[in-house]
Amino acid sequence: MSIYVDKQTRLLVQGITGREGAFHTAQMVAYGTQVVAGVTPGKGGQREAGVPVFDTVAQAVTATGADASIIYVPARFTADAILEAVDAGIRTIVTITEGVPVHDMLRVTDYLLLHGVRMIGPNCPGIITPGEAKVGIIPGNICMPGRVGVVSRSGTLTYEVLHALTERGIGQSTAVGIGGDPVQGTKFVDVLQAFQDDPGTDLIVMIGEIGGTDEETAAQFVKDSVTKPVVGFIAGQTAPPGKRMGHAGAIISGGMGTAEGKVQAFQAAGIAVARHPDEIAEIVARMV
Amino acid sequence: MNIHEYQAKRLFGRYGLPVPVGDVATSPEEARAIAARLGGRVVVKAQVLTGGRGKAGGVKLAKDPQEAADRAAEILGMDIKGFTVRQVLIDPAVAIAKELYLSIIQDRAARRSVIIASAEGGMDIEEVAVTQPDAVVKVAIDPLLGLQPFQCNQVAFGLGLDPALHRSFAAILNGLYQAYVALDATLVEINPLVILQDGSLMALDGKVNLDDSALYRQPELAAMRDPSDETAAEREAREAGLSYVDLDGSIGCLVNGAGLAMASMDVLKLCGGEPANFLDIGGGAQADKVEKAMRIILADGRVKSVLINIFGGITRGDEVAKGILAAIGNLQTDVPFVVRIVGTNAAEAREILKSANLPTAPTLYEAARLAVAAAAGQ
Repeated sequence: MSIYVDKQTRLLVQGITGREGAFHTAQMVAYGTQVVAGVTPGKGGQREAGVPVFDTVAQAVTATGADASIIYVPARFTADAILEAVDAGIRTIVTITEGVPVHDMLRVTDYLLLHGVRMIGPNCPGIITPGEAKVGIIPGNICMPGRVGVVSRSGTLTYEVLHALTERGIGQSTAVGIGGDPVQGTKFVDVLQAFQDDPGTDLIVMIGEIGGTDEETAAQFVKDSVTKPVVGFIAGQTAPPGKRMGHAGAIISGGMGTAEGKVQAFQAAGIAVARHPDEIAEIVARMV
Repeated sequence: MNIHEYQAKRLFGRYGLPVPVGDVATSPEEARAIAARLGGRVVVKAQVLTGGRGKAGGVKLAKDPQEAADRAAEILGMDIKGFTVRQVLIDPAVAIAKELYLSIIQDRAARRSVIIASAEGGMDIEEVAVTQPDAVVKVAIDPLLGLQPFQCNQVAFGLGLDPALHRSFAAILNGLYQAYVALDATLVEINPLVILQDGSLMALDGKVNLDDSALYRQPELAAMRDPSDETAAEREAREAGLSYVDLDGSIGCLVNGAGLAMASMDVLKLCGGEPANFLDIGGGAQADKVEKAMRIILADGRVKSVLINIFGGITRGDEVAKGILAAIGNLQTDVPFVVRIVGTNAAEAREILKSANLPTAPTLYEAARLAVAAAAGQ
């Protein structure tokens, strides 16, 4: 079992002929993901990594029955690409693109919620269900199938944790990178709920960082509604206030969003908090 | 990106907000000329990209053009929280009956924009929110519908405004929301929004924070960037497409990925060191980008050692290692490096680095410990 994507997922790639889109489509196909279609306006009829390319998402969905989409288009076209996917009936969207304007995301997330469509991202590494489907850019070779669910706002820090778990022989049910932007389609609580409901997940690793209050909200949710053990980590303990640390959402403002406050919230919710990334897999190894 | 008060107020003026008719001066002579043109008493206000100007003595009253020149001479060149004052705004002084607070900001948790208003203007709104939470009015706006008339009512009644002012207040709120959306702002703030003794409203101060990701479609705003808002190293990094923040410590950090970069800094601290910077070189870690990043880090004379932490994912670790060696070879530096590469082909990467006598470490914790020791000269 897993969450969000699996062997049955019929994936469409928006921006399939771009540099990133083409490269990662080949990687996803090689991993065994069912990539059924691609979309690049004006390039319909071509093939990319063996995948048929269409001019519009609606055409691609009609022709192939795609039910999930991954978006690699440039930031200025991303909001439109998401709306096009929703309009065509896609139910699960993963948006990899970084640098989407916040006002675009406010409008888009509102529209997604109205239509009940799940979107992961933007500015995220995507989702991987090891051994079944890779929807995004998480390297497949650092993962293995198993029963630990991973959710994170980070990219490479997540890879670190996945790699460390795999090296210890601890497999993962699904890993979800929810992205580092201030306005996200999917929040920690959404993924925690999905892992709680997934019979294939026994333990959850949650990797947060400075900025916003989603970790605090997630901690309260863990306390109230999650019965599975949770291991946590917060990045950015040395980050100064008022400075954006790479991710658009990683900023301490008005005294809110500090690592200290988030660690305290985690601990108060009974989450086992690692002091540094190497410790995450150590703690998980002791618990499984 | 942040812009100055005078720029914010000029932008507000375009959206129909009543703003003072002042102008900006870079010398006492200019301040005198502006004050003479305005006539009467003026306020001389330091234009720096930080709060707390009043407390720092950066805002002063002047009764005539000569005093305006004198106050400008005092304020120009002043240091306010590390920012040097290079411009002053000369606004006409006004007779204030009451001060209000009004802003629109993104509520990340609710994924909505929210109006924040308070009858306690001129104060730090975060302080008001803590000490008198009932004095703060919050109204969330649906981005697909925009600001609705009933919401203007909610705010106006929430503030206890005289009903005679409701119409002009709604016009200000609508103009402010229009500006917020049209400028791709992450914050628009009027503090204080004043009720003058003649009963009219005026935006006496103005603050606009802009979304860096939207600057591509806001060329006029992008051109307003004040170089003093970032250090030379931060500017160089931004232009090179690197994400970089200056810090006060002695250990340089070069990492791929923002979360991993923050975590690497945290581990340095845990090992007793202090990071000199945050630096995310992004994916790939090609030799030219690594070299550029190293040059920026080493330009900081306080850097005593450098921790390089790379996760080799789709980019293979051995290729990254070759890139690092090429970069170090071109740099000619005595500063010690500690390199950690993990992930795809990490073992090959370690062999390559070892053969070049670069210290490597298998774990982040161990690498951080070595970098801290190296900075201490061990």
